[in-house]
Amino acid sequence: MPKELPSKKNHVGELGYSYRRKLHERLIESILFLSALLSVVIMLAIIVMLVKESVVFFQHVSIWEFLTDTQWTPLFDDAHYGILPLVAGTVVSSAVALLVALPLGTIIAIYLSEFAPFTVREIAKPFLELLGGIPTVVYGYFALLFVTPLLQIIFPELPGFSLLSAGLVMGIMIIPYVSSMTEDAMRAVPMHLREGSYAMGATRFQTAIRVVTPAAFSGIAAAYILGISRAVGETMVVAIAAGMQPNLTWNPMEPAATITAYIVQVSLGDLPHGSVGYQTIFAAGLTLLLITLVFNIIGHLLRKRYREIY
Amino acid sequence: MKFIKNKAWQSGRAKNVNDLDDLRKIISHHKRWDLLFMITGIVALMIAILTFISLFAQMLIDGMPRLSWDFFTSFPSRRPESAGILSAWVGTTLVMLVTAVSAVPLGVGAGVYLEEYAPKNLFTEIIEINVTNLAGVPSIIYGLLALGLFVYQLGIGQSILAAGLALALLILPVVIVATREAIRSIPVAIREGAYALGATKWQTVSDHLLPYSSAGILTGIIIGLARAIGETAPIITIGALTFIAFLPPSPVTDEFPYISFEWLTAPFTVMPIQMFNWVSRPEEAFQLNAAAAGLVLVVMTLAMNGLAIYLRYRMRKNIKW
Repeated sequence: MPKELPSKKNHVGELGYSYRRKLHERLIESILFLSALLSVVIMLAIIVMLVKESVVFFQHVSIWEFLTDTQWTPLFDDAHYGILPLVAGTVVSSAVALLVALPLGTIIAIYLSEFAPFTVREIAKPFLELLGGIPTVVYGYFALLFVTPLLQIIFPELPGFSLLSAGLVMGIMIIPYVSSMTEDAMRAVPMHLREGSYAMGATRFQTAIRVVTPAAFSGIAAAYILGISRAVGETMVVAIAAGMQPNLTWNPMEPAATITAYIVQVSLGDLPHGSVGYQTIFAAGLTLLLITLVFNIIGHLLRKRYREIY
Repeated sequence: MKFIKNKAWQSGRAKNVNDLDDLRKIISHHKRWDLLFMITGIVALMIAILTFISLFAQMLIDGMPRLSWDFFTSFPSRRPESAGILSAWVGTTLVMLVTAVSAVPLGVGAGVYLEEYAPKNLFTEIIEINVTNLAGVPSIIYGLLALGLFVYQLGIGQSILAAGLALALLILPVVIVATREAIRSIPVAIREGAYALGATKWQTVSDHLLPYSSAGILTGIIIGLARAIGETAPIITIGALTFIAFLPPSPVTDEFPYISFEWLTAPFTVMPIQMFNWVSRPEEAFQLNAAAAGLVLVVMTLAMNGLAIYLRYRMRKNIKW
């Protein structure tokens, strides 16, 4: 059936349609753009919120006192505002966790990527993923009621709350993050590098350590940095198993509060909005954010500097 | 290459390369390292697996006797043997509802924009770096943001809405990254085909890219929600109560319009907070309750993560472009 020749009216209609269609497209694009923009807004909101409350806090307490005082007792009559005990708790628990997570995570990753037969890898990878999906509060329970009593058999003088047991469990908890990212980085190394190495007569171990690992360095560094910021920001395990008493110590056998545990402790109580106690958690949060930000930047630089391009 | 410098090899050459026994010794020496590392790897893997098994076993032994119908239908109580998780699981369900409703459209939208629409410029790069950074921000910081912004600044109060939104912000990067990866894996030919037939960008996205990537996006959403269910720290920071012996107002009412949003502003508790509360009590009977609550929580997150892993496995098997 022959089509009608487009009349003038129809043309206008088509133009109108195309105009509407364009408008529709632009509208959708702007909505999508706004949702992408939201991530920047969230980041800015986090920074503004933390800085805003911290500024009020630092009008009350000098930065010098905050950084050098060795006591953190903001809720006592004799208030001291030295962040050092909390930072020490965070550093010790993270150090214990990383001493577990980084070596074990790396070994597992190298094993899975270079040594394990296909079936082992197919089973182990989802299993590790499940391990990483367990809620942190459950790990806290495990640290307090399983690992601490177990450690007390070996070290009878270990108190009921300790940075050691919290750190150990936190380390196990971080293994999946480190191992899966490290493994991804190693698997991304092109096969011909391995083939070249094998052709020269190298064994699997030699290839893994001297060829694949250096080639995947930037990815492995990123995995380590992620592990570090996980450990520093981890809250529930330390809040449950390491105690909530600020304690300036470098000994993992003692109980001590971390920055995150302090925030939990204050939030559990009923602090009025606007009080100094309320502001301290924002100052503590800002410290935490700055620490993780520094690590993120280091990670970014490492990745940029050592990126191997094939 | 580095390994030629190896001392064993050099000394072997210094004597006589043709000396087969020497060469065999070197090779078996190197192979021994292979075996040694393989054993180390298996041991490391075993440590992770054993931890998981002992964690599960510990909770099963302690918590199983407490698990009964009553445990799910009772409110928390001062007497540990009659305490239950009714208000906790109802709270968790409602909070997750808010989280899913707000995080899914925003995350998928942002993912689609970054993958399909975004021009290659500095601003796009800033957004991308920012998403990566957000993923690295400790969860408790999101709690502080929610406390300052939602609870006080916007006056939402210590409510289900504030908690749901806080968790939505937390899992936003997970959803964005999953969406981007799923969309990126669709070959360009699909887009070219759609454009060749005169489809607009949005038609291409909504009729082709989103349906084809839906399994991947769904996997990301499930993993994100599984993470949100277990998150405790940000919700504690908002100020969720640990002892709630009532339910929020029902979302369904008898009178017109049959739907009520009063529950959004109700005080609440969630599963991980209930568990935390029981763990931190000195009485052992409460810690048995904690084990039971933990068991429910772990089964829930494992089921969700398992579903996500299964979906991904199915997807990899079925889709061949």
